[in-house]
Amino acid sequence: MSTLQIIEILVRIAWLAGAVAFVLGLVRMNSPATARNGNLLSAGGMAVAVAATAILIVARQQLDPASFGIRASSWALIIGGVIIGGGLGLYAARTVKMTAMPQLVSLFNAVGGGAAALIAIDDYLRIVGGGSVRLDTHVFIVLDIIIGSITFTGSLIASGKLQGLIAGKPILIPGGRLVTLALAAVTVLAALILFVTGKPSLALIAVILAASLTFGVTMTLPIGGADMPVVISLLNSFTGTAVAMAGFVIDNPVLIIAGALVGASGAILTKLMADAMNRSVLNIMIGGFGGGDDAAGASATAGGSVRSISADDVAIQLAYAQHVIVVPGYGLAVAQAQHAVRELADLLEERGVDVKYAIHPVAGRMPGHMNVLLAEANVPYPQLKEMDDINPEFDRADVALVIGANDVTNPAARRPGSPVSGMPILDVDHARSIVVIKRSMGKGYAGIDNELYTNEKTGMLFADAKDGLAALTAAVKAL
Amino acid sequence: MTPDQIDALITALTVFTLAILVGFAVISKVPATLHTPLMSGANSIHGIVLVGAMLIAAEARGGVSQALSLIAVAFATMNVVGGYVVTDRMLQMFRKRPAPAPKPASDEAEA
Repeated sequence: MSTLQIIEILVRIAWLAGAVAFVLGLVRMNSPATARNGNLLSAGGMAVAVAATAILIVARQQLDPASFGIRASSWALIIGGVIIGGGLGLYAARTVKMTAMPQLVSLFNAVGGGAAALIAIDDYLRIVGGGSVRLDTHVFIVLDIIIGSITFTGSLIASGKLQGLIAGKPILIPGGRLVTLALAAVTVLAALILFVTGKPSLALIAVILAASLTFGVTMTLPIGGADMPVVISLLNSFTGTAVAMAGFVIDNPVLIIAGALVGASGAILTKLMADAMNRSVLNIMIGGFGGGDDAAGASATAGGSVRSISADDVAIQLAYAQHVIVVPGYGLAVAQAQHAVRELADLLEERGVDVKYAIHPVAGRMPGHMNVLLAEANVPYPQLKEMDDINPEFDRADVALVIGANDVTNPAARRPGSPVSGMPILDVDHARSIVVIKRSMGKGYAGIDNELYTNEKTGMLFADAKDGLAALTAAVKAL
Repeated sequence: MTPDQIDALITALTVFTLAILVGFAVISKVPATLHTPLMSGANSIHGIVLVGAMLIAAEARGGVSQALSLIAVAFATMNVVGGYVVTDRMLQMFRKRPAPAPKPASDEAEA
């Protein structure tokens, strides 16, 4: 065996070790106690895989210059790319506010998908001069370009929507669905011609690339901002699949394993997120009731009066309660009020009140996002209760303090016939008294009235989450 | 296709399929509270595409190919570095730390 062969084997083993670290890292992310460790393990696996690749490139250039050649330019490309990309990624990841984190994840997802598509394009440019192309080569290259391109533009649009660069509300292009369908048809047709003829054609690949990039845009634009987490999760799964396809294209096992892992995990996660909102992924992608204003007519309540309440009254209720359950929602995340809620909770605990947080699986902008926001504000992890654990406790709660959460508290979900029917909800209405901090009587993204607000036990404190909490804290202090 | 090529293709498809099954098995056990960090962590894992980007950069000939692979390496590195760092920032917040403001012990109702 030549030295180069031995190195090739060792590098493949290092790649395998990297893949093992990815799997074990994900396993360790099962529990909050080991999750950080798991992420570091995964990062370590990545470092090993990348270092092994660098060694492989050096070895090939040094030991077999006839086949691989020594090219200083290749190192300029690699090192230059690593510095540019690494610098941008590091800067963005370290400076982003935790509330803006979903759009950053989406941005990282976009560039990952873009890189996978570029690998296929580059590979195609190399084989396009030759004769016929094998069917399997064509299939993997075309799939890589299609999926990678869709995830690239789709994730950028999703990120832009969450960042507010693009209007969050569904943007309906006249005939937009038809355009999307036409793009899909063009892509499939071009791909079929390539597969059947087996002749390499740069023109057809360009058509597929352009159609897929546009498809990513037209697919994501009509989806409402509130559905973006599910979309990002789906696109994350797509990127994994695109990377696995890139692995087939350049015949690299670690890309196949890691890509398939992410493809599968993203698919499961997407389904879990959609399930928690009682929606199907398909429903979201083709635009269901997430249409916001469109669905406003589907009101489930016949009205009823709403009782407005002052901060001072709420403060008295809270201060003399034994058990308070805080229900944080999207409004709290948007107002970045996680520190304000923590301050109020501390104050109440000093007075001997038992404070817990009820976390709906889709509270915030992504599953678990609320936990991250509250953890950032130093809320002790044991106080955060998941829905199934906290629901029985509402019966003995003196006050349920709902902050910017809407649909996840709507009792209408227990009855059939409403758009939220069947969605698991927090049993907020079981509490002895309910206080809702909300800016206005605006509807949640399901676009229906919340029966909780007209419940006779409910008092509405109309305020921005942050201002409302600050007023409450001041009022409790003054007691 | 030669028998060797068929072998390689089947092996790759086998690895792909088994990795998908592993992905399903691993993820279905993760509690909902960790879903966001998990999504972000999975997002960093597909940054493995950096390995592919480096390999095509090493063999890039001509301006177009060099430009494509430079962008691919930069994109992939951004995915890897940014992904792991932001995931770590999220998970850092779950760790237990000493309470910043010690509370009177008597007030800790059923803590």
